Amino acid sequence: MKITTRFWISLILALPMLVEMILMPLTGWMLPGGKWTMLVLTTIVMALSARPFLQSAWASFKKHHSNMDTLVAVGTATAYLYSIYAMFSGKEVFFESAAFVITFILLGQVLEEKMRNNASDAVEKLLDLQAKEAEVKRNGKFIKLPIDQIVVGDELRVKPGQKVAVDGEILSGNSNIDESMITGESMPVQKQVGDKVIGSTINSNGTFTFKAEKVGDDTMLSQIVELVKKAQNSHAPIQKLTDKVSDIFVPVVLIVAIATFLIWYVLIGASVANSLIFAVSVVVIACPCALGLATPTALMVGTGRGAKMGILIKNGEVLETVNDVQTVVFDKTGTITLGQPQVTDVIGDGKRVLQVAASLEESSEHPLATAIMDTAHTKKISFETAENFHAIEGQGVSATLAGQKAFVGNEKLQHDFKMSDKLKSQMASLQDQAKTVVLVGLNDEVIGLIAIQDAPKETSKEAISALKSRGLKTVMLTGDNQRVAQAIASQVGIDQVVAEVMPSDKSDQVQALKASGKVAFVGDGINDAPALSTADVGIAMGSGTDIAIDSGGIVLVKNDLRDVDRALALSKKTFGRIKLNLFWAFIYNVLGIPVAAGVFYGLGLTLSPEIAGLAMAFSSLSVVTSSVLLNKTKITSKVETA
Amino acid sequence: MTKTIVTIVGLALVGFIIWWFFGKHETESEIADVAADNQSIDVEVNGGYSPETVVLKQGVPATLNFTRKDPSSCLDRVVFPDFGINQELPQNETKEVKIDTSQAGEYEWACGMDMFHGKIVIK
Repeated sequence: MKITTRFWISLILALPMLVEMILMPLTGWMLPGGKWTMLVLTTIVMALSARPFLQSAWASFKKHHSNMDTLVAVGTATAYLYSIYAMFSGKEVFFESAAFVITFILLGQVLEEKMRNNASDAVEKLLDLQAKEAEVKRNGKFIKLPIDQIVVGDELRVKPGQKVAVDGEILSGNSNIDESMITGESMPVQKQVGDKVIGSTINSNGTFTFKAEKVGDDTMLSQIVELVKKAQNSHAPIQKLTDKVSDIFVPVVLIVAIATFLIWYVLIGASVANSLIFAVSVVVIACPCALGLATPTALMVGTGRGAKMGILIKNGEVLETVNDVQTVVFDKTGTITLGQPQVTDVIGDGKRVLQVAASLEESSEHPLATAIMDTAHTKKISFETAENFHAIEGQGVSATLAGQKAFVGNEKLQHDFKMSDKLKSQMASLQDQAKTVVLVGLNDEVIGLIAIQDAPKETSKEAISALKSRGLKTVMLTGDNQRVAQAIASQVGIDQVVAEVMPSDKSDQVQALKASGKVAFVGDGINDAPALSTADVGIAMGSGTDIAIDSGGIVLVKNDLRDVDRALALSKKTFGRIKLNLFWAFIYNVLGIPVAAGVFYGLGLTLSPEIAGLAMAFSSLSVVTSSVLLNKTKITSKVETA
Repeated sequence: MTKTIVTIVGLALVGFIIWWFFGKHETESEIADVAADNQSIDVEVNGGYSPETVVLKQGVPATLNFTRKDPSSCLDRVVFPDFGINQELPQNETKEVKIDTSQAGEYEWACGMDMFHGKIVIK
């Protein structure tokens, strides 16, 4: 029988008794049949509505376990059985208590079940966003196929208003695409040939074709859903406390109830009926459910909401750690800056300097090399063949060009090359303009400089100031030169700069910063993986369709630094809600049990079993509701304007 | 006289509760049936899980078949935090839960309210 049915049965049968309870003191109206009617009504309630509680309580009892049903079963069965005994020995009965308690608890469960489903289904719904079919090119023609028949390498066509079926790269055409369901970015994004598209986003105005690169479980959407599901069901360390409490909770309450009865009956000398009412109230009001639901429901709603904003929080542990973070460390390139360095100045014999540099950098994949090669290509500069090629980590490259020793790199590599004072001062002034300077050396002499600039993202300054207003210390970590790093730092408002760090030393630097409090590291997931995992909280900034799931505790789908602050805000809100839930769940039991036990009887404050039942039903409901409301709370952030 | 008897009965009941719920009691443990490329085990959900500990062989894909007999809504979901599984268990229906056994270790599962626990041991 469904909970809802059980609830209606008990409500309808309990109603006459409720009417009598209200009318009797006023009009003296009595239920026809009196105690016998009550016995019949309550017996039906116990047999139909309450039976599952009894079954479950018995089943767990046999396994040496106890749960909420144990309490409900013990409480109502005691009231019911005692009333039968009292009826035949001519004493006061309280059948209605048993019936009311069952009704109220079932009401609570009906509402709670709805709420719980609300809290958990949000992410599953994400998967419904997927297109069901797509136009796929087969044998030279586009035909409609169900999405599960698309394989990697297929060419797909997307018309205006259609959904992009899977992840891929645009082959022809261009369009604006609404990616809000994945990234949380509200503005449509312009896409052209060569750009990546994400499955389940919506094409707005253009028609384009793209090559499927990721299908099925590999798509970004599937990965996000997988990650969020894991996060939602993960444990927060704060739960260890409730785990311990819930193990002993029910037996302890039963013992307290027996003690209550003994104290009232034996020591104070109250009647059996009154003592029993106190004991039953204790059993009924105690609610382990609220404690058990406090953390998981809030975690579920919080992480689900994050996913909608393009902020993926990996688990409850991360969420809890974020609250203690005192320092936020940023990688420079690609995180604070755009990550697209461009050559701004060439000092010396421009053509020759670029020629030497380009010849050496031709096969390098360093971002600075890319910038140099781009300039060399646009200026149509010819290359020479480099021999004895050496790449020196964190310094640059050296090689032999037509028998002459040559190098491209920073001043660390320059040691046995001569450099004029004029070049030295030009280098310093370029660096003060936040430009990275690459030295080009040939035949024992530095022949010129190439200045490369990687501009900060427009949003970086705003993002950093938001973090600082939270009282967090901001640090920038970079392999770049001190002057350049300092110049960028002052542009965006970073507190501390650690410059000239070798890529392999980044995680050591993070380790050192951990000495003065918890550290969050923000970087891209690929190059910064060691630093991300060394930090207490690794925040990986995503770009494209690869989410760096393994390296970061928090993954930002959008490449927007302001999301760091939003992620912190969301984590704090969620964790705050968990603490609030736990506080109420504890307080509720800590205060409710003594009141139910009649500790405040002298003050005229007592709880009847039915009120206790109502209170217990609503305690878990209120916890779940409070968690669901997390969906509605404002994530206060200084960068709300986005 | 009645009061003395009631007190003794009450205290005896307290003693019984402590012994019954907190005393050391053996939990059921069961090793999954391993076929060539699959292993499976039936878990009955009734006032807890039986068996409560499931031993799986590493590297062989595993299926746990949960059947909830218990009417309690406490047990209407089974959650494996380590695997990100949150499976609804409608009463008297068998639901399959697939477990990735590539990593050896002990993994707990729990009911939706974290009141009942079970454990998988992969070795």
